[in-house]
Amino acid sequence: MEHQETAHAGHSIHRTPEESRAIRKKILFVTAILSIVTIVEVAIGIYFSQSHVGPMTWQLIKWFYIILTLVKAGYIVMVFMHLGDEQKNLRLTILLPILFLIYLIFIMLFEGAVIIQYLESLIK
Amino acid sequence: MAQQATLEATDAKKIWGGGTSPFGASYGKLMMWFFLISDAFTFSSLLISLGYARHVHADAWPLAEEVFHHFPFLHGVHLPLIYVGLMTFILIISSVTMVLAVDAGHTNNKKGVLFWLGLTVVGGLVFLGSQAWEWYTFIVGEKGAMRLVFEDGQWVEKMIYGANLKYNEYGHTLFANFFFFITGFHGFHVFSGVVFNAIIWYQAYTGVYERRGHYEMVEKTGLYWHFVDLVWVFVFTFFYLI
Repeated sequence: MEHQETAHAGHSIHRTPEESRAIRKKILFVTAILSIVTIVEVAIGIYFSQSHVGPMTWQLIKWFYIILTLVKAGYIVMVFMHLGDEQKNLRLTILLPILFLIYLIFIMLFEGAVIIQYLESLIK
Repeated sequence: MAQQATLEATDAKKIWGGGTSPFGASYGKLMMWFFLISDAFTFSSLLISLGYARHVHADAWPLAEEVFHHFPFLHGVHLPLIYVGLMTFILIISSVTMVLAVDAGHTNNKKGVLFWLGLTVVGGLVFLGSQAWEWYTFIVGEKGAMRLVFEDGQWVEKMIYGANLKYNEYGHTLFANFFFFITGFHGFHVFSGVVFNAIIWYQAYTGVYERRGHYEMVEKTGLYWHFVDLVWVFVFTFFYLI
């Protein structure tokens, strides 16, 4: 019902004040999250420079960064791009191809490790 | 009318028979999503090859916070990552104004669309200006470094300032190459986004969408603009932070 309407003319023109307020609130909430996460990222980048912390701490920070980035990306795609409001088949069509990237990352890391070994063998 | 369409849509046999939209989205929106997926793969390939290059050349790779620590009008002050953080913030805010423009479009609020979409265009221009300044600072350089340079048929040690595609003072050659390519490709996306938004703003201003009865074009360019913001979130993490 709602989706059929969206297909032609955007969402319903008629909206109660409560609905408008709820939408505004959601946008404000996501804005706050995105800003705070960015500030946290920059703060960590300043106070924990890679040159000052140990390799183990740096690993932790790196994964923390990646998780924060995925959180931001999730909010942008699901709320700002309204993918969360779309039908399930559209959602999956957009999200599932991203899985191929995991394979690409695996290949590149593997290849990188092999190249490093090769370069080291040249020095010896 | 709408209920009838749903009844037909739930009938699996009729779903692909025409007359309904199986994805519940218009043709244009669907195609924008598919374009964004392909664009996402392009950017992912760039970022993953960046990861590959710095994995292989880890010893010669500079730390981003030691390269990007300048701020306009504050000479000699060491402010690592602040400027890039500010650029990220500008893009996030312009994304928010875009959401508000799309939302105003949903209620056919022409004034709202014009106001918020106008702010989005301004935000995009501010981001492009910031990027131009960052490129300028990066290319001019500051400290300089000795590099092996191939000149007149032989390798000579030479002082190199700033960066070009062959040598740079910061570290491995690929570092500057990836900087120019990734942020340049993203900047070009921002530029085309600003152009699209400006065209849509003009069409909204002349009342094209009012006559059409809906503001779906704002939604489509909105998708593109949010995608540009999304890409920057990843560039920020994988180029500047890690």
